[in-house]
Amino acid sequence: MASIHTITLGGKAGQGVKASGKVVGELLNELGYNVVILDDYPSLISGGHNFNRVTFSEEKVYAAYKETDILIALDKNTVEKHKKDLKKEHYIIFDSSVFQIEDKNSIGIPAEEFMKKADVPKRMRNSSFAGALCYLLGLDFDKLSHVFKLIFKNKAEPNVKIAKLAYNYTKENYKPLLKLKKKGKAKKLTTGNEEIAEGAVKVGMEVYIAYPMTPSSSILHYLAKKAPDYGLKVVQPENEISVINMGLGSAYAGKRTMVGTSGGGFALMQEGFSLAGMSENPIVVVESQRAGPSSGVPTYTCQADMNFLLNAGHGEFPRIVVAPGTPDQAFYKSGELLNLVWKYQVPAILMADKNLSENWMNVVVDYKKVKKGKEKMFKGKDYKRYKISKDGISPLAFPGTKNVVVKSISYEHDEFGIAIEDAENIKKMQDKRFSKVKHIEKEVDGLETIKVYGKGENVIVTWGSSIGSVLEAVKGLNNVKVVQIIYLEPFPKKKVMAQLKKAKKIIGVEGNVTGQLCELIAGKTGIKVDKKILRYDGREFEPSELNSQLKKEVK
Amino acid sequence: MLDTNAKITWCPGCGNFGIMNAVKQAITEMDKEGIKKENFVLAAGIGCHAKIIDYINVNSYYSLHGRVPPPLTGMKLANPDLKVIGFSGDGDSYAEGIAHLIHSAKRNTDITMIIHDNEVFALTTGQFTPTSEKGFKGKSSPRGSVEEPINPLKIMLASGASFVARGYSGKANHLKELIKRAVKHKGFSLVEVMQPCVTFHNTYQELNKKVSEMKEKDLDNLEKAMEKVNGFNGKIPIGVFYQVQKQVFEDHF
Repeated sequence: MASIHTITLGGKAGQGVKASGKVVGELLNELGYNVVILDDYPSLISGGHNFNRVTFSEEKVYAAYKETDILIALDKNTVEKHKKDLKKEHYIIFDSSVFQIEDKNSIGIPAEEFMKKADVPKRMRNSSFAGALCYLLGLDFDKLSHVFKLIFKNKAEPNVKIAKLAYNYTKENYKPLLKLKKKGKAKKLTTGNEEIAEGAVKVGMEVYIAYPMTPSSSILHYLAKKAPDYGLKVVQPENEISVINMGLGSAYAGKRTMVGTSGGGFALMQEGFSLAGMSENPIVVVESQRAGPSSGVPTYTCQADMNFLLNAGHGEFPRIVVAPGTPDQAFYKSGELLNLVWKYQVPAILMADKNLSENWMNVVVDYKKVKKGKEKMFKGKDYKRYKISKDGISPLAFPGTKNVVVKSISYEHDEFGIAIEDAENIKKMQDKRFSKVKHIEKEVDGLETIKVYGKGENVIVTWGSSIGSVLEAVKGLNNVKVVQIIYLEPFPKKKVMAQLKKAKKIIGVEGNVTGQLCELIAGKTGIKVDKKILRYDGREFEPSELNSQLKKEVK
Repeated sequence: MLDTNAKITWCPGCGNFGIMNAVKQAITEMDKEGIKKENFVLAAGIGCHAKIIDYINVNSYYSLHGRVPPPLTGMKLANPDLKVIGFSGDGDSYAEGIAHLIHSAKRNTDITMIIHDNEVFALTTGQFTPTSEKGFKGKSSPRGSVEEPINPLKIMLASGASFVARGYSGKANHLKELIKRAVKHKGFSLVEVMQPCVTFHNTYQELNKKVSEMKEKDLDNLEKAMEKVNGFNGKIPIGVFYQVQKQVFEDHF
């Protein structure tokens, strides 16, 4: 097993922890290492304590570890908070122009002195720590200057200048801790939110609508920035109720549309979600979970909205609910889902969580794997928006088509789209909508609805971003199989049963209080999960801690 | 030509008939003038007003209570060539959906909102709305409503609406012209239509007495518009109060 290293960076909000974490991550990515960055920050603008854990290895890594090789402390508080996580062999890089610490393995970087010497603006202060780090990793300086050029483009030069001073200073006074070498090609260092956005764009999304809410907001930010290049319309309306209704209007008029929010925002969208079910208007809602209930803990993670989303919206209507776990899965599933909703004219939810949405991971994404699918379009005469057909799918037509009248409606309706109240027609239309389910199930069965890792009699079931921690935690454990459930609705009952029925022991790992996936499995398959390992303190499962918990269960 | 098979279920004498006739006439005339019928989309909220779109054989979007402006905005984003007209009631738009109305005016989205203002919740059998007079006795206010009504046109003017008008369901021809002007206005337009509810708030006699066509002038003067919407000498003026040209939301993309 290849060794796993972690560089932890910490400081106050506003000190640029996240940007520095990205520089370190890209440096390792460019060398060909596998990288994960955990971005931990409270809901405030300045002060507090932010930290990034940058974990890397020659092998694939799926989650960040707390055991730290090198700690970069932008303030003294960071040392206090993270010194317990330091490995025996370690270094602490700190800003000696601001504070002093006592640790024989500490390296004080006089950042202010270097800033004056290099004559660079204040915001480039952190590049000096990157310079020191570069040397401690045993790398030539040109590796770092290359990364600065990648990230900062024509503004790289001053960063290079100050980093070089710190690199030389460290070289004169210390020995490298690691000896990293170029291991291979760089991958794409990305987040779940960026890949959700990219996946939807790949299959023809033309409109994205959202009201800001952590941790979904970075989809809105990313797409707003890309909008001119991608030919996208990105809108931020007055509230989430407007978001979903605007999205449905856009879909009705013929544009592939996605909307995004977190739990509280989706609570407001439910009325519109139910409307999408009744009017058979295609829409994908991205719901990135944060710790709830209510306002909860906005910038921390949780997996507690599964039951809510599987049951959201009044009345009964078919839906699709999918929960990818890694950024590459996010890309594939986002594209797949937008294709499905346009084919079957049902609403769908793409579930994420703070970790998937905002943590960085370098992945290989096969962009050609996802292609725009086809919807059933109307041809001929006498259009009826809700025409009863064998597969339950009524052909689509959009307003603006000559000799066609498209009537979309929230009330129960006839085939033409006019409100009705008679018993016979009500039943007919309920049956029509639900007649799509078996066709959706059949198609979805051919997709990656679950993912199985390894072989063994002990089976760990998990979902969403927890898959990352689980895959790390089972390293070194024998006789263990991991089953990640990706499709929650329609539930891949047969596939799950096939994986679980012969298990010696089934262990559920998820980020909520009640074990929602475990209960879903029991309800759908009748198979009981033997042991639930649950975390609901807003943090993701730390791989080493989870490994100790699992060891007790599978010995 | 614009009829559907739906059975009309409004009460005989309902003000909605006058509005529907004006709308049908307006669309028929605009179709002949070059705005093709297939490019119209009618949307409605929930209430007696909303049934209008079941009765007109034109593209339509039967929305939720209060949620008329957002889907219309979505349609304009998707296809700016569409002409979208939203129907809504005083309960629908001034209570449940007031935020959407304000923000659509603020964005100056190129949509037309026609508000059927009968000063009562009718389909739910008679409760007070934001425009019911203080003291209104309904099922939820048997001793009289204690709230002062709002003047929605002032809210619209203050929110940045670029076309604000009032009509009367009892003057269908005048209303038809107002609707055509509102639809042809590029930007957010709102036509408030005074409408009697024969069952729960029959104001025919009062409206026939008070409604008067005003002489339109200084249409780009916001201050004067703010005064005009109040009416004077007990009269309820109808016509266009305010109209200016501003860049529309969809054109920013």
